[in-house]
Amino acid sequence: MSARDAIEVARTALLAVAPDLAGERIAPDAPFRDQFDFDSMDFMHFVAGLAKATGIDIPERDYPRLQSLADCARYLHERGWR
Amino acid sequence: MPALGADMEAGTLVEWLKRPGERIARGDAVAVVETQKGAIEIESFQPGVLREIRVETGARVPVGEVLALIDGEAGAAAAAPVHATAEAPARAIAAAPPPRPGAAAEPEPEPVVLSGQRRVPISPLARRLAEERGIDVATLQPGADGTIGLAEVEAARAALAPAGAPAARAAGERGLDLAAMRRAIAAAMARSHREIPHYFVSSTLDLAPLLAWLERTNATRAPPGRLLYLVPLLKAVARAMASAPELNGHYEADVFTPSAAVHMGVAIAMRGGGLIAPAIHDVDRLDLDTLMAKLDDLVLRVRGGRLRSSELADPTVTVSNLGEHTADAILPVIYPPQVAIVGCGQIVPRPWVSDGGLVVRPTMTITVGGDHRVSDGRSAAKFLARVEALLKTPEAL
Amino acid sequence: MSATRRITYREAVREALREALLRDPRVFLMGEDVGRYGGSYACSSGLLAEFGEERIRDTPLSESGFVGAGIGAAIGGMRPIVEVMTVNFSLLALDQIVNNAATVRHMSGGQIAVPVVIRMATGAGRQLAAQHSHSLECWYAHVPGIRAVAPATVADARGMLWTALQEPNPVVIFEHATLYNDEGEVPGEGELAVDIDRAAVRRAGDDLSLITYGGSLKKALAAADALAGERIGCEVIDLRTLRPLDEETILASVRRTHRALIVDEGWRSGSLAGEIAARIAEEAFFDLDAPVRRVCSAEVPIPYPRHLEEAATPQVDGIVAAARGLVRR
Repeated sequence: MSARDAIEVARTALLAVAPDLAGERIAPDAPFRDQFDFDSMDFMHFVAGLAKATGIDIPERDYPRLQSLADCARYLHERGWR
Repeated sequence: MPALGADMEAGTLVEWLKRPGERIARGDAVAVVETQKGAIEIESFQPGVLREIRVETGARVPVGEVLALIDGEAGAAAAAPVHATAEAPARAIAAAPPPRPGAAAEPEPEPVVLSGQRRVPISPLARRLAEERGIDVATLQPGADGTIGLAEVEAARAALAPAGAPAARAAGERGLDLAAMRRAIAAAMARSHREIPHYFVSSTLDLAPLLAWLERTNATRAPPGRLLYLVPLLKAVARAMASAPELNGHYEADVFTPSAAVHMGVAIAMRGGGLIAPAIHDVDRLDLDTLMAKLDDLVLRVRGGRLRSSELADPTVTVSNLGEHTADAILPVIYPPQVAIVGCGQIVPRPWVSDGGLVVRPTMTITVGGDHRVSDGRSAAKFLARVEALLKTPEAL
Repeated sequence: MSATRRITYREAVREALREALLRDPRVFLMGEDVGRYGGSYACSSGLLAEFGEERIRDTPLSESGFVGAGIGAAIGGMRPIVEVMTVNFSLLALDQIVNNAATVRHMSGGQIAVPVVIRMATGAGRQLAAQHSHSLECWYAHVPGIRAVAPATVADARGMLWTALQEPNPVVIFEHATLYNDEGEVPGEGELAVDIDRAAVRRAGDDLSLITYGGSLKKALAAADALAGERIGCEVIDLRTLRPLDEETILASVRRTHRALIVDEGWRSGSLAGEIAARIAEEAFFDLDAPVRRVCSAEVPIPYPRHLEEAATPQVDGIVAAARGLVRR
């Protein structure tokens, strides 16, 4: 697995929640909420999507570690996603 | 054409979802109407067979106009106009007549009669012009002061004029005109500021019990089944309404009508700007998972610009939740004809005195905006105390 | 076009008197203190020196006597101008005006004309208390056989007198006591006489008709200014002639604006405002988008202290508030 793949899976989960972001540039390092309107409901769906796509159980206490695409990639890597 | 909010005067019929001859169940979406709040699905509260469509797509239709006729069940000859007033609070002028089960075989919809004893004042000029222009005065919505004048007739006439722009819009572009939405928000808020003598009462609450309970609950659940803190919060607010009924209901034409049910408007931000507060019905009686599902569905459809007419039928009270990473408190402005609004700030850790010692607790400042024509700060204080008590035992919500 | 001149209402009245005295030898002025004192509002100062005691006649304090003498002189072929100090005092001459001046033409089968002009000050605003401050124009406007006019502008004060003198029937001119020091434009030269038949639209507007006269005109105009800032367009109508009322101008305006607010310093009960409201209801009911409203004086004898006098009479704030109510804002 490359870091690029992890970012891509996170981006796909993000677009599933906010299809209106398709085609827009999403900076990997900037927190989602700094880039677009992203509320707790969106975030919840995003995490659910990410968990489903990767098969990783993501507990609520880890939510703060998933604030940007790069965050997500790091997290998935730590959790041993292949 | 139902009134999808107190300030709506007309809507543009953009799509018929049923064809003449099709069966319609109660609650089926029959048509899509574009309003300042986006595209709304109009539901039928009358089961039967769609007999006749009266309004072409693209037409701008004033509130109260008959859109279509539905033949009632069991071959009853009486045709019921498609309408969505069943869940809406009673108005001084019913926008359309209720179906009359025992009515004879007269297929034409009856002219609307003023409901109740109160006669809506209409100026001589308004009455004359309405007559000259073929506008049924019973379909006119009174102005903010409860009377019908020239302005209301002109608005109805403008609404009757063939619509240009909305009809020309491509179907794929259906959705929101953000400028129009901003104007609608401005109109409602200007009216609120003009007419409602607001008061504000705040409490800062310790949310540690709620958040601890939520963490325990969510830890046992997969991500899609987890609850947002907003859900038990809404439930607590809805249940606490019972302790201050003067905060829940509508104030129209100098009369406050309390509501037994708590239909909670939830202010939802649109991406790209704008705000809409559709209702979740009977929040005080929903279990948390159902409430979560409804909230989820509502947010999704708000973002998609596809709400149902019954959701826009005026909520009885509104909650405006700023959410995470926002600001500490909000002095919310009441959405007429409601008489209260509950504003929730973000959750912030604050120093807190507990058992005489200083601790750090996650806290939230909740502010009630109330209408002095109906209640005083005392009601809001009582209500907030009740919210606090309910949030101490979230498992009981 | 000649340039205009800027003079006071008082100067306009004096010029009009002087013009009348110069143009028509049958004209003479009489009343209390009009000669040596120059008039209680100084409208005739200097005229005694210019025209002499025959034509500027001080009278005893007897309104019934000197108004009656004026009526007799008019019947005899003169063109008398009788000044009564205030409308309150004119009540002593009411018998002469109502029972004689107003009736003689009728009772003589049209044989006897009464071309008398009676001028008097009216209204509150100068802290002269209840016996000098009332607005009783309405009582005269009630009586057939009399023409009642109320010059509210300097130009009308300058121009109405001559026209009134040409009228073969009695004309009562009401000069509001707060107007004498006000300045305004009059034509620099040429004929200054103006009609005494028609109301004037002093300001055009679309949202409501503000109908008023005399001393209330400036308040109505100030209110219209304030309301313009709120995008409420007032059409301000100056009645000018209180009898016969120019119904045509009033109704045309109300039919266009659909709302009428009448400002009248008289008391509301039995007022001229009431008469106008009734005519609007009779003739323009189906054009009304709101009930006709009135701003009148409080139903008390006009008080002496300034704050109470102001509170008792129509003021700009009250007019503005009533107008907002009419347009439902």
